[in-house]
Amino acid sequence: MSSTSLLDRRSFLKTSAAAGTGLWIGFHLPASNAQENETAAKQEKKPPNPLNAWIHVSPDNHVILIVGKSEMGQGIMTTLPMILAEELSLDWKTVRIQQAPTDPAIYDLGTGGSGSVAGSYLPLRRAGAAAREMFITAAAQHWNVNPDTCVARDGGILHGARKNFLTYGELAEAAAKLPVPDFKTVPLKNSSDFTIVGHDVRRYEGTEKINGAAKFGIDSRVPGMQYAVIARCPIFGGKLKSFDAAKAKAVPGVIDVFPVDPVGSSAFTAGGVVVVADSSWAAIQGRKALQVSWDQGPHAPESSDSLRQQFLANAAQPGKVVRNDGDADAAISSATKKVDVVYEFPFAAHATMEPMNCTVHIRPDGAEAWVPTQAPQWAQDVIAGVSGLPRDSVIVHTTLMGGGFGRRYMGDFVMEAAQVAKVTHKPIMVLWTREDDMQHDFYRPASYHHLSGAVDTDGNLAAWKHFQTSTSIDAMWSPKGKETPENSEFATAIFIPYHTPNYRIEYTVAQSAVPRAWWRSVEHSTSGFVVESFVDELAAAAGADPLAFRLRLIGDDRTIPDFSNPKEGKPLVTSRLKGVLNLAAHQAPWGKPLPKGHAQGIATYYSFESYTACVAEVSVENRAIKVHRLVYAVDCGRPINPNGVAAQVEGAAIYGLSAALYDAITIRDGRVEQSNFNDYAMPRIAATPKTEVYVVPSNEEPTGIGEPGLPVVVPAICNAVFAATGKRLRRFPIRNEDLA
Amino acid sequence: MATTFTLNGKSTTVSVDPQMPLLWVLRDTLDLTGTKFGCGMALCGACTVHINGEAARSCITPVSSVQGKKVTTIEGLSADGSHPVQKAWIAEDVPQCGYCQSGQIMSAVALLAKKPKPTDADIDDAMSGNICRCGTYQRIRRAIHRAAGSTAA
Repeated sequence: MSSTSLLDRRSFLKTSAAAGTGLWIGFHLPASNAQENETAAKQEKKPPNPLNAWIHVSPDNHVILIVGKSEMGQGIMTTLPMILAEELSLDWKTVRIQQAPTDPAIYDLGTGGSGSVAGSYLPLRRAGAAAREMFITAAAQHWNVNPDTCVARDGGILHGARKNFLTYGELAEAAAKLPVPDFKTVPLKNSSDFTIVGHDVRRYEGTEKINGAAKFGIDSRVPGMQYAVIARCPIFGGKLKSFDAAKAKAVPGVIDVFPVDPVGSSAFTAGGVVVVADSSWAAIQGRKALQVSWDQGPHAPESSDSLRQQFLANAAQPGKVVRNDGDADAAISSATKKVDVVYEFPFAAHATMEPMNCTVHIRPDGAEAWVPTQAPQWAQDVIAGVSGLPRDSVIVHTTLMGGGFGRRYMGDFVMEAAQVAKVTHKPIMVLWTREDDMQHDFYRPASYHHLSGAVDTDGNLAAWKHFQTSTSIDAMWSPKGKETPENSEFATAIFIPYHTPNYRIEYTVAQSAVPRAWWRSVEHSTSGFVVESFVDELAAAAGADPLAFRLRLIGDDRTIPDFSNPKEGKPLVTSRLKGVLNLAAHQAPWGKPLPKGHAQGIATYYSFESYTACVAEVSVENRAIKVHRLVYAVDCGRPINPNGVAAQVEGAAIYGLSAALYDAITIRDGRVEQSNFNDYAMPRIAATPKTEVYVVPSNEEPTGIGEPGLPVVVPAICNAVFAATGKRLRRFPIRNEDLA
Repeated sequence: MATTFTLNGKSTTVSVDPQMPLLWVLRDTLDLTGTKFGCGMALCGACTVHINGEAARSCITPVSSVQGKKVTTIEGLSADGSHPVQKAWIAEDVPQCGYCQSGQIMSAVALLAKKPKPTDADIDDAMSGNICRCGTYQRIRRAIHRAAGSTAA
């Protein structure tokens, strides 16, 4: 579908219907509340049109949902059609979801922050209900009967008394001539009548993912296309000094070798030497034969050790006070039961199974691109910017993604492909090898947390003090010297559910040349650990049961405002947090007799407006942690597809394990030391614990679930290790010697 | 130099660098993109195919080494997704992003050919070369057990 036709169709909507195209209903999906959206939005222009999503019912009876949401495994091609199909009373599998073209008229803000279902649920229901009401009116007029005697059923309208039935396709033309009902007042289906939403279904695109037919970005094949890899300076901020292409050009299949400059600031390319060939393999071989020397640039001295020294120096000074209730320092100094500890986290790589890639064809009159991206609009902007073409002449096809996890929100790999395509004038895929992907990622930030706290003689939390220094993501996106990252760096650690009158948060930004971006659950991945490990340490200091201690400190039912975003952020509702804690504890069950050497640990957390709790059962044998079982309880509001919710939580657990129990990204001489899965190991099937996910039935608005499963898994495991061994794990990734 | 082999039941001849790994011949020369590139070093299993019925990592297999052999890719496993392992994968709703699943399925099929009733330890052993970053391992295990049941039935 061309962008022009959609623009035309939009104007059709304004002037009632045009013959032959069926019913179009435009509606607005809000941006998700995710930080990545806010940050990326700074790079983008404001949408000129509030209609950014469409329902199209064609005269040949196809229901198509056109939205700017990308599928990266989270199941959006399943959940959004389920919601629409519910209001329209039809088989959800007949709803085809179509990636919106990157057109300002149907502007989207991408896919991230676990926000797609949360942001789409009500707008999608209202638009679906509006369509249903229009079909009912059209059918009633056709049969000349009272609309109240007509019902939506099985993809059409039924008039019960006369057993008349018309499909939506048959009614589409007539419905299109009717006014669109007011979305705010259109009657929504009663949730007690739901037959699709809330029921387990299997993934829409499952079949193509088991027979090899699914097309990911890397599978893009365009007639006449070429393949390129890029030799990049391994040192961040380094530049090309000189190169000799003779041997590379001698490799059979190599077509051209040329340099590209680094471009961009927050999302940037490294520059380097491009090797173009007639196959991926020839390009890779050509790069091996290339002789390059690099100007190391100003950041060559950076290392993980130097960063740690910076963290220690920062921690020796007070940070900027971000929150200060009461007097934490005084309360701690006068307390008898106190805990004072440091938690440290390294950089972590996304390591999507499909390495970065982007296929672009820049012609004199326009460009076309095939991009596995969470942010197609940004991809379009980037290609327009690099090519100098008007943005409306740049067509971006969003492909399936072999994992996203935040990495594919970045525009760097698109920018780089556009740089290359601008030179070659042919369709070209810039392919990243695993080594490229691992060494030029935008990493989960490294951070250092100093926690001190105290418990009074009655077992109450007397004080909680949290100093953090980190290589923040926000600092990369802010002008030098104007970084304001403090609040977001703490995620929920800045409004913990554990009541204390003395609560102090301090922050100091650390400088680093290592690129950073959003990694599944972003700052929650570390904040969740810090809060849930520290409260466990305080429980131990108080001599209290970890579950009872948490429930006691959470206290009565109350709401806790999102300190960082009190106006727009949903407050933490303690009854729901206690609900998941109690459910996980009940299902485990907490405190049950265990085999010798086994122990349980518990954690709970609020993120992306969802509530999670996890009970881990572990043992430590031969200085290695064995996770036997994970019992999760999650409250993400009304679950659209409980099976999909469980899948996301099962996966988030493994993703969390990867950065805690396996390898870290470490820096030496200004570059990443790891390069592939041999030195950046991944959890494999044998390490997978039996994982049970209990989803809280709820009538609350749906909230995110792609990420919230992650923050609780590592503290639950480490708290269990403490219960089993008496050892606290505070520095990641965990090494065998930590368990000695 | 030409290499001839049987690919998904059909005799296939390619004229490429004999050192080119089978993975890239499949993907770039023959446009069979179901077999995936993940690491290039036989560390992740995304590129797993069958060579004479044995699971092999195509990313480190020079095409010349399959001269005269039978190669099966995910596209050749069944005409319509009806292989018991594929059906089990659907029944357990295994895939998330789906990128690693071609390799996972090829490894599972090879396992079941040797051990029709694998234990959990057999599964751990046979599937340890396949990484899934989405963390679908628990469902992979269930699907293999399910497929084992169906092959026995």
